[in-house]
Amino acid sequence: MNANDKLLPSLATMADTVARMAFSADPRTGEVQLWVDTSASLFRLLTGLGIAAALTLLIGLVVGMLPVARAALAPVIDVVSMVPPLALLPILFITLGLGEVSKITLIVIGVMPVMVRDLAGRVLELPREQIVKAQTLGASSWQVAIRVVLPQALPRLITSFRLQLGPAWLFLIAAEAISAEAGLGYRIFLVRRFLAMDVIFPYVVWITFLAVVMSWGLERLRARAFPWVELGQ
Amino acid sequence: MTPPLIQIENVWKEFGDQIVLERLSLSIAPRSFVALVGPSGCGKTTFLRMLLGEEAPTKGRILLDGKPLQPEPGPDRGVVFQRYSVFPHLTVLGNVMLGLDLKGAPRIGRLFGARRRAAADLARALIAEVGLAGDEGKYPAQLSGGMQQRLALAQALITRPRVLLLDEPFGALDPGIRAGMHELMQRLWHETDLTVVMVTHDLSEAFTLACRVLVFERLRDRAAEKHRYGAVLAQDMAVWPPRIAGQPTPPKRSQAA
Repeated sequence: MNANDKLLPSLATMADTVARMAFSADPRTGEVQLWVDTSASLFRLLTGLGIAAALTLLIGLVVGMLPVARAALAPVIDVVSMVPPLALLPILFITLGLGEVSKITLIVIGVMPVMVRDLAGRVLELPREQIVKAQTLGASSWQVAIRVVLPQALPRLITSFRLQLGPAWLFLIAAEAISAEAGLGYRIFLVRRFLAMDVIFPYVVWITFLAVVMSWGLERLRARAFPWVELGQ
Repeated sequence: MTPPLIQIENVWKEFGDQIVLERLSLSIAPRSFVALVGPSGCGKTTFLRMLLGEEAPTKGRILLDGKPLQPEPGPDRGVVFQRYSVFPHLTVLGNVMLGLDLKGAPRIGRLFGARRRAAADLARALIAEVGLAGDEGKYPAQLSGGMQQRLALAQALITRPRVLLLDEPFGALDPGIRAGMHELMQRLWHETDLTVVMVTHDLSEAFTLACRVLVFERLRDRAAEKHRYGAVLAQDMAVWPPRIAGQPTPPKRSQAA
């Protein structure tokens, strides 16, 4: 290995950097850099995905169950899902300011159309017989929604949440790259100016690790909470 | 003579230009077991869906207990379809309890505490009655086709419907399993205060179970006539020797074909 390589850091350099960023407090602020960045990013990511999931559940069930709502909303959702979210980023920054709201909004706008369409599709897939059957057991529309449709939609929502982790990270890092005071994406794009590959590499590995753990955890949660899904396949 | 439970008065059903059923008039006595047979596409299932309230007649009217039928499916009419009758996300016990849950808890659709235990006991008794004791914790995907239909029957019966509608309930089952289901169906009909209307394409099944067999047929079935004429009630036969609810006859030699 070339010790004078300015682009690729040696493993030793990277280990030093990791020790500095992840395990020692910054002498000026008294904070551990990696931890500050991670918590800032995770807060934005999970808030964005959480809001998107909650709205998806509401809109997806309404669109899937009520033909009137479907006729009205489906075309709107189709068009909105075609808007490239990153092109909206400047608009969000200008209208909502440079703080957390615009970044979280970008994630919500970016992942929600796909999730809504997926969930509404799942609801539409439910056999007509099931709905009729529930009605013959005395179910009101509300009871059909909470006892028949919702429990069968939830596992799909978790899967869709998991699959949207990738896009959500993309939107998060794009937003942080432009303006932030902390965050994993912010840090990567900050040290990029100094070609600090010894920081960028570990950060990329760390982001990947976080994403993998989240994805795995969601899959476990789905299997644990909805054991019948696997049986049906 | 007891007043009829279901009265069908000159019912026609059309889908757009296509006439499916025409001039249907009949009455069904309480506690009878009526089988509906006929070739594919003769409107058997459409008729059942009208009884269910899923479809409305184009002309004429249907009375249940002398009152016009509710225009949507309700708890007075239970149903078992050939498929998709049970809920994949509920266990056997959950599926059977669902009717009690929905009735007892309009807002959250779920019973708790003592009421839940009472409902569970009722459900367990019915589960045992249809021969699924021991399977209470299983999901439908873990049951065979025949067991799923047993479950569907228990689920439909827990709300004590006036009428039980069966849409080819045993059509997808193996002959051996079907014979067992016939036995169960007979027993339930004799023991429960139940009027049954069953659609089937299996004639021998109709005569094995029912006390009355209705035949739907398109009398004019040439290409040019298909749209203009619907199926009619071509035959209305009482099964001999008469089968009377609550008076099971000892089984003769095997009737299942």
